[in-house]
Amino acid sequence: MKKRILSTQSRNDLLALGFLAPNLALFLVFMLIPIGAGIVMGFFQWDGYNPAEFVGFKNFLRLFSDKGFHDSLGITFYYTLLTVPVTMVLSLFFAMVLTREIGAKALFRALVFFPYIASIVAVSIVWQFLYNADAGPVNAVLRSLGVENPPRWTSSKDTALIAVAIMNVWRTVGYYMVIFIAGLLTIPPTLYEAAHIDGANLVQRFWRVTLPMLGPTTFFVLVIAIINSFQAFTPIYVMTGGGPGSATQVLVFRIYEEAFVNSLFGYASAQAVVLFVIVLGFTIFQFRWQEKNVSYMA
Amino acid sequence: MYGEEDGGMDPVKKHPLLGRAASQALVSGLSYAFLVVLSLLMISPFLWMLSASFKPDAEIFDFPVNWIPLHPFPENYSRVWTNLHYARLLSNTLFLTVTVTILQLATSSLAGYAFAKIPFRGANTLFLAYIATLMVPFQVVMIPQFTIVRILGLTNNYSSMILILAASPFGVFMMRQFFKGIPLELSDAARIDGLSEFGIYRQIIVPLSKAALASLAIFTSVTVWNDFLTPLIYINSSAQWTIQLGLRSLFAEFSADYGGVMAGAVMAVVPVVLVFLALQRYFIQGIAMNGLKG
Repeated sequence: MKKRILSTQSRNDLLALGFLAPNLALFLVFMLIPIGAGIVMGFFQWDGYNPAEFVGFKNFLRLFSDKGFHDSLGITFYYTLLTVPVTMVLSLFFAMVLTREIGAKALFRALVFFPYIASIVAVSIVWQFLYNADAGPVNAVLRSLGVENPPRWTSSKDTALIAVAIMNVWRTVGYYMVIFIAGLLTIPPTLYEAAHIDGANLVQRFWRVTLPMLGPTTFFVLVIAIINSFQAFTPIYVMTGGGPGSATQVLVFRIYEEAFVNSLFGYASAQAVVLFVIVLGFTIFQFRWQEKNVSYMA
Repeated sequence: MYGEEDGGMDPVKKHPLLGRAASQALVSGLSYAFLVVLSLLMISPFLWMLSASFKPDAEIFDFPVNWIPLHPFPENYSRVWTNLHYARLLSNTLFLTVTVTILQLATSSLAGYAFAKIPFRGANTLFLAYIATLMVPFQVVMIPQFTIVRILGLTNNYSSMILILAASPFGVFMMRQFFKGIPLELSDAARIDGLSEFGIYRQIIVPLSKAALASLAIFTSVTVWNDFLTPLIYINSSAQWTIQLGLRSLFAEFSADYGGVMAGAVMAVVPVVLVFLALQRYFIQGIAMNGLKG
């Protein structure tokens, strides 16, 4: 018989460490340490090559007077407002229609979902062609409907962000639809039957049964959609390059440019810390809310 | 009948000319038609892309759109294939995607097993750390990651990207959730039969988790295939470009070659379409699991 040298607990700890090692090593080096290091880098001035120089709060103080930074925060929040509510309403609509007993349900779900997994670069380019102000099909349709001066979409300061937002609503609506479908399927059908027997019509059933029962899912979708809306980088990089002027320079685009184009690694890190704090705020808010309101899901 | 008590806002209330059944059929017919139109709208950018990729430049912006090209022009594909060294882009992208996916499956399932099946000290705290990073945007960690890669002296761009992408909190979370659902009795029985912990993982748990592993594999491979920002940061020579980088540079440099750019876009999307059509249900499962984590 083998001699037992370690206690069961120590044996388990070692075993677990063995299983965890490959993932944990990468998680530490490329996730946990970078989160801490990113905050530290915000206190340095560094061009990526020469030795970094500690500058204290200088980077963060500079953010207060940096108009470009304020603008990009504003553009980011405007983008969130443009995308999140529309995306939520549309994805809930698709989810509700596509959980009913209708023909070819799976096909419709697939069609709505597909843009989400197609290459973002590819779909951004396609939309850039669709948006072409003079020849593109979007404006051709608008002109044929009698619009005399259709918007110039991505080539105008006023509409560039809206154009990117429309593309992204189209791209992500299927993803949130799938989450809503999963939520809708957890609502017991007996509730609808009871409401029907009590004489509730379609609209009443939506407001009194569906929405309250869907509360946790809706809230989850809201938070995820907001956080994702802060991260729209690729469509902006490909479609507008932050322009025209700086009309579509959202925060993540600016962080990328400051770091990898302008080599201002410290200053870019300070801006990334601001992004992190905003996202962290929403995440904590979501966890707190969920702790209090899990009753429906339990 | 209860139906007669329906309120005034119900769209299927009795129509003066039509019977109840007929008006109900009309309403559902109309909403079905609406759904068909909306779904066609959703998919129309792809149809336009596909159709444009087979047209000579002069016909691409014809309106009304000729969805079936009048003069099919497959030269767009051969031109882009040669000029963009597409075979090289494809092999680079495949290499990155396959390597990262295999590593993700291995590291995530091993770590997920520890969290789900081994009661070790600090398990809850560590798992919380994983969960907490689920929502951290890539843009927050990309600069320090880049710095760490420099410090570690990883000069090979592909090794750096592979290491960065090879472990994700999402994968660990997904595997752990799935393994939790497998009854402990199975592992206990195997343990009595003398199987080691790794043997239980390898011979009992992994074979039972094919669906979850497939979901994670598809998710990871599609994400890596489509990833733009990581290669943008780490790759600087065109010989190492992935499809996404090649496509974006094609667009940036030859944006007037509409047909060629669309052919490039189609080639970037088609592999994902095929994977999606073959394995659709795993996608949906993956999101549903992720979405219901609350």
